[in-house]
Amino acid sequence: MPQNSRQELVSRGLDWPTIMLYAAMVIFGWMNIHAAVYSGEDLSAMFSLDLNSGRQLLFVGLSMILIVAVMTTDFKFYDDFAYIIYGVVIVLLLLVLVIGKEVAGSKSWLGVGSFGIQPAEFAKLATALALAKYISIPTVKLERRMEQLTVAGLIGLPAILVLLQNDTGSTLVFSCFIIVLFREGLPGFYPGLGITAVALLVLTLLIPKLYLSIGLVVIAVAFTILVDRRQRNYIAIGVALVLVLGIVQGVDYFVNDVLQPHQQSRIKVLIDPNSDPLGAGWNVTQSKIAIGSGGFAGKGFMFGTQTKFDFVPAQSTDFIFCTVGEEWGWVGSLGLIGAFMTLLFRITMIAERQKTRFARVYGYGVASVFFFHFTINLGMTVGLFPVIGIPLPFFSYGGSSMLSFTVLLFILLKLDAHRGQMLQRII
Amino acid sequence: MFDSRVAIVRFVFFFVGFVFLVRLFYIQIIDETYKGAADMNALKKVPDNAYRGLIYDRKGRLIVNNQVVFDITVIPRELKKGGMDTIGFCNLVGITMEEFREKIRDAKIYSRVKASAFIRQLSQEEAARIIEHLNEYPGFYTTTRTVRAYEYPCMAHAIGYMGEISRGQLDNKEKYGYYQMGDYLGITGIEGQYERQLRGRRGTKFIMVDVHGVDKGPFKNGIYDTSASKGQDLYSTVDIMLQQYGEKLMVNKAGSIVAIEPSTGEILAFISAPIYDPGLLTGRNFGKNYKVLQKDSTKPLFNRAMMAMYPPGSIFKTLQALTAMQMGLIDSNTTYPCNKSIVNCHAHPNPCNLRQAIQWSCNPYFVQVYRRIINQNKAASTFVDTRIGYERWLEYIRSFGLGAKLGIDLPAEQKGILKKVAYFDKVYGQNRWKFSNIYSMSIGQGELGLLPVQMANLACILANKGWYKVPHFERGLGDSGKVNPVFQEVHRTMIDPQHYTLIRQGMRLAVSNGTAWSKVDMKSIPICGKTGTAQTSSGKDHSVFTCFAPMDNPKIAIACFVENAGFGGFTAAPIASLMVEKYLNDTIQRKNLEKHMLDQDYMSAYRNKTAR
Repeated sequence: MPQNSRQELVSRGLDWPTIMLYAAMVIFGWMNIHAAVYSGEDLSAMFSLDLNSGRQLLFVGLSMILIVAVMTTDFKFYDDFAYIIYGVVIVLLLLVLVIGKEVAGSKSWLGVGSFGIQPAEFAKLATALALAKYISIPTVKLERRMEQLTVAGLIGLPAILVLLQNDTGSTLVFSCFIIVLFREGLPGFYPGLGITAVALLVLTLLIPKLYLSIGLVVIAVAFTILVDRRQRNYIAIGVALVLVLGIVQGVDYFVNDVLQPHQQSRIKVLIDPNSDPLGAGWNVTQSKIAIGSGGFAGKGFMFGTQTKFDFVPAQSTDFIFCTVGEEWGWVGSLGLIGAFMTLLFRITMIAERQKTRFARVYGYGVASVFFFHFTINLGMTVGLFPVIGIPLPFFSYGGSSMLSFTVLLFILLKLDAHRGQMLQRII
Repeated sequence: MFDSRVAIVRFVFFFVGFVFLVRLFYIQIIDETYKGAADMNALKKVPDNAYRGLIYDRKGRLIVNNQVVFDITVIPRELKKGGMDTIGFCNLVGITMEEFREKIRDAKIYSRVKASAFIRQLSQEEAARIIEHLNEYPGFYTTTRTVRAYEYPCMAHAIGYMGEISRGQLDNKEKYGYYQMGDYLGITGIEGQYERQLRGRRGTKFIMVDVHGVDKGPFKNGIYDTSASKGQDLYSTVDIMLQQYGEKLMVNKAGSIVAIEPSTGEILAFISAPIYDPGLLTGRNFGKNYKVLQKDSTKPLFNRAMMAMYPPGSIFKTLQALTAMQMGLIDSNTTYPCNKSIVNCHAHPNPCNLRQAIQWSCNPYFVQVYRRIINQNKAASTFVDTRIGYERWLEYIRSFGLGAKLGIDLPAEQKGILKKVAYFDKVYGQNRWKFSNIYSMSIGQGELGLLPVQMANLACILANKGWYKVPHFERGLGDSGKVNPVFQEVHRTMIDPQHYTLIRQGMRLAVSNGTAWSKVDMKSIPICGKTGTAQTSSGKDHSVFTCFAPMDNPKIAIACFVENAGFGGFTAAPIASLMVEKYLNDTIQRKNLEKHMLDQDYMSAYRNKTAR
């Protein structure tokens, strides 16, 4: 096939709505980074590499180059090299533990000249690819215990390595793949268990241990009575109750003895923001003040005071949403959330229309990663979740996250563009 | 099965998005607390201080000005670490290394990022020299503010001083709600009285600050800012040249000179001696200087002109004569012999008629006059008769503006001493006092105390033949030029105008050929005056003189009171006469008299007191 018509094919097959959405988010994100750091200098400072906004523009430029690279790479590469990419990232994660730079308590940076990269950002991509590769093996059935252990290992290995870097936030991101596995047939019991555990964790923090335990026992007794006599399984209910009570006891131990002090205070602040107003509560309180002061229509682009004048910490990275909330108000928040919802829906749509399981699984991986980042990041800034420092895709300042999210998305678009050819390949 | 799972996954996505939107709706639209918190965080009100109104004299000469002073401030965070030429800086601003370290430490304790005062109130010359080099020392800045400056180093008592607002005043929101911590306000004198008009209105600028409190520019380009409006200038009634001259005459003397234009009540000079330089109580050494002045045994801070209650002495005889004439008890032909059995007197023609009694200030004469006033046989009992007579007499005396505040436009004016019947009842018992207990008042002694400004007002009444306007300093405020109607109002005494003629003739004679020293009289300007020599328990007699001039169409009325200076005709009278000459002729012909009066020193009583 001549080169020319092949290029034509790719561009014709590309999902332009997603690309438009991507472009809109990146531009809006960059504007907010600019607003967060702009403090009245002349406008040419916008492009200065001394400022986050200027550097972010550089990262956007690099992303463009990477998009071209992704698009010109043969689509079969990602399938064929999935494990190799995964392997390389695992090696990088190991390497970072040895020669990594420590920044803000996390040893997660690998220095390349004056710029550094965070292998953890690319670990999500590699894991998504490896997971897709594994699940696409026709004989793999996620209902089976053996396969479940294998995917657990595939996800767990990079997760543990990231945890060893002391980067709790990025570690938690790996739990998002449960959505992928659920879509691909993992028994609903697992996510159910996870949700129950999280619910118990929150309840344990909110309600005194004794009352919670009594309440759980009451529920178990009520459940036993309500269930038809013939179907009663006293042993199962008993085991479940003991297990649940064990978790309640365990959470208490976990929060007070396992978590590090700064993590403990982040969780306690969530329950009572005034428990430590100038310490761990500061971030959450200032973040809420910034967002809350935006009102319905916001203070206007570059007229925010809270984010610009450093009241909100990390205002161009993890707390970039504060700038959106303050300067664009609830309308802006609606726009941002709407954009993410549209993107997530579009990605699941793209995933569902794939003819190969590899591409579909990968698609869900992309959606899951975006969803998890979006949820945790916004939950943190509006005071619903503890402060877990992970970036908001396409909005937060940062090269590694910008590049890895872009590549993550555009590999899917590349696979999507060739979905017709993929079918041929399998045949 | 998978279709339902896809639906579940999508539902989870949208559910989370929905939860966030609801949460954001709550914190951005429903809950108002965050908006206030944001303003608390990032907005700072910066006062834009108003330029205080200036004070001019009656001829438009600037008396009180504002002077720009420079403060050097330091922001510790911006100091050049290690590399600063500390010795050079200390030499530049004139402090020692120890002082430098101490000041930097204090500044750091206050704030590392906010400016704190490093050196206060540099003069323009000092500042000019320092500012030139200040850019070599990062972290140091200059700020300006204004303090009062006095173009003539005089009239401290009338102008008053300014001071920082006190904690107690700040707590009184109703009265001092306008002020903020650290504000200066007028406390005494004209500064205190006209504080509201002089201060103008402060403006407020809203600026944005970052988390460190560092200025980040105007909020919304300053649309909420209000600009300061300048205070109103006060055009005062004072003739600053006359004031200055009077203060010169009062050097080494304690007492007061008050000069008033009789037709208007405008105060021309308001001297309380000993004087002090008003510049001492402005600026950087206020506290130190104030303490020194406060401890001074000659009480320079005491505004004698309106606070010292002096026995009026013989000047009071004019009132006794007028009252008796109005009551129809005496006339121009009434004569009494100079009978020294009750009070002493000095050598003069004997017996006297009323005009002569004023001319020679005959004490026995006025004892008789006062007796006639008090005991008019209105009751059988002499005690009751005295009581009735005294009550009646008080009414007349009060109509001269005595026993109450005149209402001059200065704070803390006193009332003087004029006792009510109840006082004597308390001292002697009801109906147990009679004329012999109160006769001292007939010659201005005893239970009487007049302020120098009240004495000057008496001179105005005599000059105007029976009326006065409240003495005042305000001639015009701001650009309107309107005069307070209170000061236009004419206050009449209970004495008919024709009775004044005789008294004025007696006063003219007192100066031309009477109790006053011969040098007091000028051929060019006919002065009417009444001398007084007030006995005091503390040392030598006080010297008193009230006068007005020229006799017809008077332009100036003066009261002069010199503590412990002896006979009125020899000290107070020549000083007052020099004041008249200065005001009406502008130049002093009688150089010898002037020199003589300048040389007199009557402070020995105070000095002895200090020595003791």
